[in-house]
Amino acid sequence: MLMIAISLYVTSVQAAEVSPGLGQSIDSEEVSSVDISIDPRGENLPAGSGTAVSGATVYADKCAACHGTDANGGDGLADSLVGGIGTLATEKPVKTVISYWPYATTLFDYTRRAMPLDAPMTLTDEEVYAVSAYLLFLGGVIEETHELNAQSLREVQMPNRDGFQSVWPDM
Amino acid sequence: MADSSDISPVSSARRIALKAGLKLGALAGGAGLVGAGQVSAAATPDPLITEVQDWNRYLGDGVDANPYGKPSVHESDAVRRTVSWLTADNKSSINFTPLHKLDGIITPNGLCFERHHGGVADIAPGDHRLMINGLVETPLVFTMEDLERFPRESHVYFLECAANSGMEWRGAQLNGCQFTHGMVHNVMYTGVKLKHLLAEAGVSPRGKWLLPEGADPSHMTRSIPIDKAMDDCMVVFRMNGEALRPEQGYPLRLVVPGWEGNMWVKWLRRLEIGDQPWHHREETSKYTDLLADGTARRFTWTMDVKSIITNPSPQSPIRHGRGRTVLTGLAWSGHGTVKRVDVSIDGGRNWSTARLDGPTLAKSLHRFYYEFDWDGSELFLQSRAIDEQRQVQPTKDALRAERGVNSIYHNNGIQTWHIRPDGSAENVEVS
Repeated sequence: MLMIAISLYVTSVQAAEVSPGLGQSIDSEEVSSVDISIDPRGENLPAGSGTAVSGATVYADKCAACHGTDANGGDGLADSLVGGIGTLATEKPVKTVISYWPYATTLFDYTRRAMPLDAPMTLTDEEVYAVSAYLLFLGGVIEETHELNAQSLREVQMPNRDGFQSVWPDM
Repeated sequence: MADSSDISPVSSARRIALKAGLKLGALAGGAGLVGAGQVSAAATPDPLITEVQDWNRYLGDGVDANPYGKPSVHESDAVRRTVSWLTADNKSSINFTPLHKLDGIITPNGLCFERHHGGVADIAPGDHRLMINGLVETPLVFTMEDLERFPRESHVYFLECAANSGMEWRGAQLNGCQFTHGMVHNVMYTGVKLKHLLAEAGVSPRGKWLLPEGADPSHMTRSIPIDKAMDDCMVVFRMNGEALRPEQGYPLRLVVPGWEGNMWVKWLRRLEIGDQPWHHREETSKYTDLLADGTARRFTWTMDVKSIITNPSPQSPIRHGRGRTVLTGLAWSGHGTVKRVDVSIDGGRNWSTARLDGPTLAKSLHRFYYEFDWDGSELFLQSRAIDEQRQVQPTKDALRAERGVNSIYHNNGIQTWHIRPDGSAENVEVS
């Protein structure tokens, strides 16, 4: 009798397939404080704006030391940020934001989350808009006075927008 | 090593010769009766045999000299190595697993190659949180204690950087399998299937993509299809039995079996569910494969079938001269198990099937051996793996014909080592 009781008990514990009820629910304010990801639709872009005029100062102060005053990669191994259009099918392709990146939203997302390398997440949203505008201006994608904001950034058409083919079968 | 009954007739014959040599050596000095590499009884006794050595008489360290044990001081060469000119800054850089120093299929934790984009984050587990948000019924945050209360599983998976062998697209470049192929490691991970966590939050039917995000200064992100996330992806907190190493994402990393290592986000802090890919920097600017026509392949996540001879190799030359030689290496496929590995010692003219040894696990490294008698002439060693989907590892020229030379990523071409008569080895290509 005792043996049967024990085996029934063990079975009932092992059968627990329902939710363990772990994890704490969070409100939208807490989520938005860390949800910095932006997709090409740009729906999660923050408020603020900037132009290449103010972006030139941000670039000189925060970016030029590694990427060079002309944003061509400087003396070291930091990525070239502008130029390279027309080189992708050559022996020496130059893959830059301007020549290669398909979406301008990626420039904002990456600059905000990971740059400058030694001090990420220190640029204000205004500075990220401004320095993004500066690089797009240097690359000939927008005019110097073109204001980037949550609406206009997502409308920027990058030169290599159609340069990618998806391998994953569902795409 | 195999039991004597498994060894080829050549070896059996040699063993007989060895016995005869010793027997005759006692009578006649053993001259000329044994093959190269054999040591017969000599006129001068070997002091390592006949004399009392220091380690025979002086007591060594007691228990607890190293509360966390370390390798022998004689193994100081078995370390990760970097190539400083490959990257701009050591905070966003790589080093390589010393594959030529390892055996079996498991990579020791301290030798797993490193790739960081903003240095190694130092996170106290009590301070770590994992958030699930986006297209879910209930956004949730988990502590590490919460995660350990889900059903745990352990699985062995290889992790290969998509840029492994990336320097070799235009020709033989780096001299050693550590540098050509060392951005791979193989670990038994313990953690929780991602599907259990996502079920707690309740993924919306519109949720088709997952964005994992790291807590390190690079805030690494990648887009992963929800079907993969629900299939075999895991969040893990242990590697080879112990807690994750800091450089491997302590206290929590994502495991994406069979897919390129960059997607295995370390220091995992957030999982966002969305209805389309985010096209972030690491899946547009990087980890896309530029073709000769200037277009690029994207979402090339699976690591195709590949193998490498780890010994002999440039960092592990043949030192024993002619005679019995053990060739060994590693094979793997992101599509599942490896079914067969062939090896060639003449640059691909003739192939022999190698012996797969040890566990054959899907999306894990496999170990292969091929024992042969080296005649002292130059060799061109190659290995070629075939996986369970019958995919065959291509030659480098076949890869180039399809993908050009600007791809950087996903080079799974057949590697050649040139062995010279003196036993030294060099990275070469034959065509």
